[in-house]
Amino acid sequence: MRIIILVKQVPEADKVAVDPETGTLIREGVASILNPYCEYALDQAAKLKEDNPELNIEVTAISMGPPQAKIALLRCLELGADKAYLLSDRKFAGSDVWATSTAIKEGIVGLEPNFDLILAGKQAIDGDTAQVPAETAEQLGVPQITYGVDVVINNKRVEVKRETETGYQILSTKMPALVTMSKGSNIRRIPSMQDVLEARKKLLKVVSANDLNIEESKVGLSASPTQVDKIFAPPSKSGGQIIDGSDPKAAARKLFDYLKENKFLRV
Amino acid sequence: MLNVDIETCIGCKICERVCPFAAIIVEPETKKAKVLEGCTLCGTCVGACPVNALSIERKAVSEEEIALYKNVFIWGEWEKKEEKKVIKNVVIELLGKGKELAEKLDESLAVVLPGNEVGHLVPELFHHGADKVYLCEHELLENYSTDGYTSVIASVIASEKPSIVLYGATPNGRDLAPRIAGRLALGLTADCTGLDINDSRQLVQTRPAFGGNIMASILSPYTRPQMSSVRPNVFPKPEADVSKKGVLEEVEVTLKPVSIRTKIIEEIVSHEESINIEEANILVSAGRGVGSKDNLQYIEELAEAVNGTVSGSRPLVDLGWLPHPQQVGQSGKTVAPTLYIALGISGAVQHLVGMTSSDTIVAINKDKEAPIFEVADFGIVGDIFEIIPEFVKIVKEEQTKNIK
Repeated sequence: MRIIILVKQVPEADKVAVDPETGTLIREGVASILNPYCEYALDQAAKLKEDNPELNIEVTAISMGPPQAKIALLRCLELGADKAYLLSDRKFAGSDVWATSTAIKEGIVGLEPNFDLILAGKQAIDGDTAQVPAETAEQLGVPQITYGVDVVINNKRVEVKRETETGYQILSTKMPALVTMSKGSNIRRIPSMQDVLEARKKLLKVVSANDLNIEESKVGLSASPTQVDKIFAPPSKSGGQIIDGSDPKAAARKLFDYLKENKFLRV
Repeated sequence: MLNVDIETCIGCKICERVCPFAAIIVEPETKKAKVLEGCTLCGTCVGACPVNALSIERKAVSEEEIALYKNVFIWGEWEKKEEKKVIKNVVIELLGKGKELAEKLDESLAVVLPGNEVGHLVPELFHHGADKVYLCEHELLENYSTDGYTSVIASVIASEKPSIVLYGATPNGRDLAPRIAGRLALGLTADCTGLDINDSRQLVQTRPAFGGNIMASILSPYTRPQMSSVRPNVFPKPEADVSKKGVLEEVEVTLKPVSIRTKIIEEIVSHEESINIEEANILVSAGRGVGSKDNLQYIEELAEAVNGTVSGSRPLVDLGWLPHPQQVGQSGKTVAPTLYIALGISGAVQHLVGMTSSDTIVAINKDKEAPIFEVADFGIVGDIFEIIPEFVKIVKEEQTKNIK
């Protein structure tokens, strides 16, 4: 059985900020990491491997990004992926959700067409759109289940516990299918020294648009329906009053008075 | 492609300074601008270049074709509450914003309402501003499914040609909207916090990125319809006008069981189901500072004292101390209660974007540098375990006083 994991390298989002004077991103010292939700997908794949040894599951990690995204794919190999492909090309620059999912679809069709299951993180922590997996599923013509927390393989079908607004639902669909993963009981594994060493022996290949016969007109900015018009710092909310709480009794009284004054308390 | 006209470039380095992605430099040897790998073609440098040496090649399509697309559409998402189907609040919020956009364009506002036996929801949509409702009823639409709903809505869009389609960014909305965008090869902007119409009659979609640390405004210049999703509690609800009526169009739906590939085996409603934090008036929210699951009792006591509902930040949900429907923030829910009390929450941006629309924010945290204080209306730098019991005591004393 073949599982594909779609992954993304992201900056540690909460460390990126905008200089309010120049309107530019301050990214000094901001590290790039493998998107945490992709790690949950990897953990799920590792569990499926452990639970279903008879299926001979092979896991392929695929990402699109600049050459340095190889580091994120190396991490995937450390976390149990058997091989990895990076779709990397100047022609992909400026791709929005549609153009990105087009490139990934072409990558899957070209590199791993006989997949059974695609796992992806529910969203990436930089853009947070949660859109690329669903658009990829649509372009591949396979069903999708989003916000999964647990995946079970049952014959030719996949059963997924999915987060809903009020709890969970169990959904079932026939493979091939795409499932996006939320946290659930999945963890961000820490690779052992042996995992790290073995990862370096596995296949990690950079693939260009030409390698996949992707026409330039189908990817990148010119194929992107959405375009960034401008980037700016979010409006800052002016702070209110901050009091010292070293005397808990006095602070609690002040809080009580504040809430009462603003009619939040029914006393 | 971002092109540099080498002849025109004067090597002034303004592009280097304004680039948000450090993706353009002026090479020391040539003193000319050079585009690097990280370029996202955002266009910031193009506007900043004093000699117009930078340009981006963009695809052009005919204005005549774009002019064929008219009217603002909203997906009429509903939910079951105690076996009754009700319109989700976010749809009402979108009707308010949608009306505003439709008026600016001098176009009309319509709701696409797929479901089974959902005709009773139509008047409420008219009362909140819809000029027209496309009622798409079929027994296979009894429950939400990606395949069924995508197919019905995509075919209404394809035949009716709206200029704008809006979706609530609920779990199902975020499942559905990209599927439709994928089918129709359209742009889709997720989790917009602002929507407006510019002078060229385009939809300007503003959204946070990088966990809310930067804002981006996004256009879909060459494709129609322009599609956006909006989280609940971002736009205010319009007032209802029960005298308002609109046009009802019943759409014939053809669906076969085989075309819905995903089956629901079981629905599990967690016991917290009665608490929808998106609708709570007062939220008492706990963060990593509570230290242990047992300590949540402090949070619950305070919630009881102020008649509030308990919610929390992502670390607590990740640790399994709180169920995910109670999570506030970018990977949880966006809330806008009248009062939000943050206890032991430092205020990571991913959390802040989920709650800064609250009317009043109160925060207690040990760390006076915690970012939560930057958005708090009232903050206490102190220990929640010392202050909460004192506060609860005062509330109880005052209540007894009043009874006497």
